[in-house]
Amino acid sequence: MADDKSADRAHIPTVIADELHIVYRVNGAKTGKGSATSALSRIIRRGEERGVRKVHAVRGVSFTAYRGEAIGLIGSNGSGKSTLLRAIAGLLPAEKGKVYTDGQPSLLGVNAALMNDLTGERNVILGGLAMGMSREQIKARYQDIVDFSGINEKGDFITLPMRTYSSGMAARLRFSIAAAKDHDVLMIDEALATGDRKFQKRSEARIRELRKEAGTVFLVSHNNKSIRDTCDRVLWLERGELRMDGPTDEVIKEYEKFTGK
Amino acid sequence: MTAPPSPDDGLSPAELAAKYGLSVSGARPGLFEYVRQLWGRRHFILAFSQAKLTAQYSQAKLGQLWQVATPLLNALVYFLIFGLILKADRGMEREVYIPFLVTGVFVFTFTQSSVMAGVRAISGNLGLVRALHFPRASLPISFSLQQLQQLLFSMIVLFVVAVGFGSYPRLSWLLIPPVLALQFLFNTGLALIMARLGSKTPDLAQLMPFVMRTWMYASGVMFSIPVMLKEHPAWIADILQWNPAAIYMDLMRFALIDGYGSENLPPHVWAVAAGWAVLVAAGGFVYFWKAEERYGRG
Repeated sequence: MADDKSADRAHIPTVIADELHIVYRVNGAKTGKGSATSALSRIIRRGEERGVRKVHAVRGVSFTAYRGEAIGLIGSNGSGKSTLLRAIAGLLPAEKGKVYTDGQPSLLGVNAALMNDLTGERNVILGGLAMGMSREQIKARYQDIVDFSGINEKGDFITLPMRTYSSGMAARLRFSIAAAKDHDVLMIDEALATGDRKFQKRSEARIRELRKEAGTVFLVSHNNKSIRDTCDRVLWLERGELRMDGPTDEVIKEYEKFTGK
Repeated sequence: MTAPPSPDDGLSPAELAAKYGLSVSGARPGLFEYVRQLWGRRHFILAFSQAKLTAQYSQAKLGQLWQVATPLLNALVYFLIFGLILKADRGMEREVYIPFLVTGVFVFTFTQSSVMAGVRAISGNLGLVRALHFPRASLPISFSLQQLQQLLFSMIVLFVVAVGFGSYPRLSWLLIPPVLALQFLFNTGLALIMARLGSKTPDLAQLMPFVMRTWMYASGVMFSIPVMLKEHPAWIADILQWNPAAIYMDLMRFALIDGYGSENLPPHVWAVAAGWAVLVAAGGFVYFWKAEERYGRG
């Protein structure tokens, strides 16, 4: 619990969300007639809604996170957990409200930067650069990343294109690249459940390490056990609203009652 | 609750943030700070463009040979249609017309593909934009860098064609790098502008091919503008000749082809070429930066 920590740690805020609203705009998903003429008339009318449907994913969430906290985010599918994380990281612009952060929070994950047609080797370099590491840093960590992923345990796979990997292997390499960098404010989106049992244990250990180095950790997971193991505070989101914010045990107990476990 | 009572109770979130020096997440940095961040990502920009270039042909059996084979086949098709069938050379000798045509096609394709890549730079990479932090201008810049590398492969073909039709390497070939540099600047600026427009209106990806084709026919890719428009008022030809695509094509032809002398160039051609490059590059960069914090929104 936060109360156990030394006073100076508990008092320094690292992330403040103030009445945060996030709205997605989806083109071409407006209900009603989908014909070309109706699309044209919508364009010509130039109203507020031009064939655009809005999805209000986060509705007025406020909280303050302090240095040294590990915060779990729970809620059913589509409740806005991942969206909230992205907004904290400054990757999704807020519709209303603000997020204040200390330094640059980063999401754990480089999936989008990697290319299936390139070799694992080049993807390690590309992913590292995409996360903002320097060429020297990548060179220094390269062997660790490859060893950690265990890609080369069954032959020289790192020099093959990533499209030849099994889905488990690719997931392991992605996690290894993503976990190679140290972060101030670290956000993990259900990254614990990749790879086989052996790799899961190794990645859990790596996340604990990252937690020690990071100021504040956010973890999104559907696994209540991993939330209990790693987090001391939990935010419960439902339909984009903050339903509960408190110590892990209390919130998880309520959540389990809600989901009928 | 979690936080023990502290002197911070009763402060509003904004006051609390100010007290501990927290900054607004995802806010747009100043222009100079932005340039500095972009410079810090130069290795990513280069690696990303090279990765895209390699990934293009990685499934083909001939692999990277297609980098050269594609422009070569392109040149052959244009030669077949405009050189042999339509005979669009009008008053140009064959030794001049064929390199003239191929240069035009390659140089214009460089601008065309930069624009097309620019339109999709943000809207086609939303996953990347929503997952990682980097100055978003990295993407359009990286894509036009990819096109530049693509053009360098095409230049190999172009040199072969030029030599094949009797234009041997000479001093004026030294003008090729500065022409390429200016055109690259211009293309990057254009890609930045298109990236911002395309992020808001993805439909541009459907519209742009038609705009680009019109631009291509108006820029004298397959014919000489002054010869073609001889019977029309001179100002039409002037305007067409001063458009950036025509300027860069003409400069490249002048540098490369023996029989294509300075009489084919409009006056003040270098000043115009540099002017377009600086104007569009600087303008496009600022225009793109102005919406930096909004690019993640789909």
